[in-house]
Amino acid sequence: MSRRIEARFAELRRAGRAGLVTFLVAGDPDMTTFEEILAGLPAAGADIIEIGMPFSDPMADGPSVQAGYLRALEAGTKLRRILPAVRRFRARDDETPIVLMGYYNPIWNYGRLQFLEDARAAGVDGLIVVDLPPEEDAELCLPARERDLAFIRLATPTTDDARLPKVLANSSGFLYYVSITGITGAAAPVPTLVAEAVARIRARTDLPIAVGFGIREPAQAAAIARHADAAVVGSALVDLVARHLDPEGRATPRLVPAVHDKVRALAAAIAGVNRS
Amino acid sequence: MTARPNSFRAGPDENGHFGIYGGRFVAETLMPLILELEQAYGEAKTDPAFRAELEGWFRDYVGRPSPLYFAERLTDHLGGARIYFKRDELNHTGAHKINNCIGQILLARRMGKTRIIAETGAGQHGVATATVAARFGMECVVYMGERDIERQQPNVFRMRLLGAEVRPVGSGSKTLKDAMNEALRDWVTNVETTFYLIGSVAGPHPYPAMVRDFQSVIGEETRRQILEKEGRLPDVLVAAVGGGSNAMGLFHPFLDEEAVRIIAVEAAGLGIDTGKHAAAMTAGRPGVLHGSRSYLMQDEDGQIVEPHSISAGLDYPGIGPEHAWLKDMGRIEVTAVTDRQALDAFALCSRLEGILPALEPAHALARVIELAPTLSRDTILVVNLCGRGDKDIYTVAEAMGVRL
Repeated sequence: MSRRIEARFAELRRAGRAGLVTFLVAGDPDMTTFEEILAGLPAAGADIIEIGMPFSDPMADGPSVQAGYLRALEAGTKLRRILPAVRRFRARDDETPIVLMGYYNPIWNYGRLQFLEDARAAGVDGLIVVDLPPEEDAELCLPARERDLAFIRLATPTTDDARLPKVLANSSGFLYYVSITGITGAAAPVPTLVAEAVARIRARTDLPIAVGFGIREPAQAAAIARHADAAVVGSALVDLVARHLDPEGRATPRLVPAVHDKVRALAAAIAGVNRS
Repeated sequence: MTARPNSFRAGPDENGHFGIYGGRFVAETLMPLILELEQAYGEAKTDPAFRAELEGWFRDYVGRPSPLYFAERLTDHLGGARIYFKRDELNHTGAHKINNCIGQILLARRMGKTRIIAETGAGQHGVATATVAARFGMECVVYMGERDIERQQPNVFRMRLLGAEVRPVGSGSKTLKDAMNEALRDWVTNVETTFYLIGSVAGPHPYPAMVRDFQSVIGEETRRQILEKEGRLPDVLVAAVGGGSNAMGLFHPFLDEEAVRIIAVEAAGLGIDTGKHAAAMTAGRPGVLHGSRSYLMQDEDGQIVEPHSISAGLDYPGIGPEHAWLKDMGRIEVTAVTDRQALDAFALCSRLEGILPALEPAHALARVIELAPTLSRDTILVVNLCGRGDKDIYTVAEAMGVRL
């Protein structure tokens, strides 16, 4: 439900700090390990949890996330197995917002309205569907909003002032500003350009603004947190999963703590930024 | 499904939809580019100067019109319909792909773009793109799956000779679909300078309509030529479909001629029931990939399945959205032939007509071989010979157990 997202940003505002949004791939490297990571994310400092739904042809993602999707698919991850994992998380944590991110074909294949019903019932709060621009709002965005699921839209450096109103029109939850033209995990964002873009968007919406793509290290996250309401870190966490596999591709004991340690470091850096 | 429309040639609508198919399923970064492209193409299309320029290039550089050739020995051998070949294999670069490339690079120049990217499977579209990029003095990067690079070495070398950079794609199945993913990733990264020259009637709107328009020269010429030779329209059109651009180019000008039977031939690979095929319309379901909704080969979870065909140009898990719509409307018949049938057709055509067909039109010929004997001798059949087979001799040799 989108109210968890609203409540979380209200809380962050009261605390005078930006949030940390973490992205990991569902079922990477296997569902059990993923659920262990997931369970510990709030305590490690994740304010909002984004979960990638694996797709065989992720055309907006870089090598790290592509590899994560592939590992998850090889481990047998299916869309219908992701929602129960969210439900199990929700049984223990009723506050941390969960956003599912992915591509449209698995959702359309699942049955788009059924998917919305099941996602809501499992405790999902919002959706980011990379290949559904405003021109295709009738597909999923409008039905999602009718069911009180936030439909979080991406704005990019190519979204100019003429187009921005169209992107904002049916957006809800928060706006995800893609800090570079490119794929996930590629070039690092330039803080001054991000600051300008965030200011430009803020003049036109009351939605919180999260910034992502290319943010890997605590210092970068802190630089972004000076301007944005939240920083999104994805590829760097997915890379940590990749680095803690044994030669057969199975999780090693250090994997889960390594991800949580990184999240803690990112959260601490963001918390150190005074936004008042 | 839905009522028969007044015209089968009116699509797509303003949002790029052909019925439920087509659309613009792309990342936000690309949306402004696609809208800009749509506007630029809309203006160019109605500009007589652009049309005249295009026709000049078709005539003097591509070598159009391509002949419509009566395949007398094949006709006699099969003992049925009168078979004509639309000889787009005689175009510069040896396939129909150049028609579209000339059109799009003229548009790229008009839009002030300086860098061309493309995806390629068999390499024919890559060669055609590298060719026009060389001629128009633009930087050119062609994405090609590592597996396709292995089986299409001559075309890889050709592209390099033409000054293009061929970037191997090692992700996914390492074939055409992955090359297209990688080209899209390049495009979102280099939006300012780059024009994405898509090779088939696939991708987000306006590509399916734009590529169709550039390829429709095939069908328009065929119409004129058959009227000259036979004094009437053909009874049957046959073309192979991978993404579907040669087929759409032949079919589109005839869609509203109710008496013309239209047959699209997919690649059945090792056989539909083996799962190793590329027959999206025969055995797939609607889904969304590479910017549009169409028939797709996918598993029960909506993950894209790796296709198989002996023909690298047909080895794609989807099909252009307009074909999907025409299939659902019952306007085109869709059939599939196996690798084996295509190889047999390749051999027969080579020996009887002295023409080595590419393995793509060899699929269409395989269907003609089945069909022609069942049709009367006054039936007129046109098959699109959309590419020449020189590029495929290594594949054919391997299938025959011959070492070159």
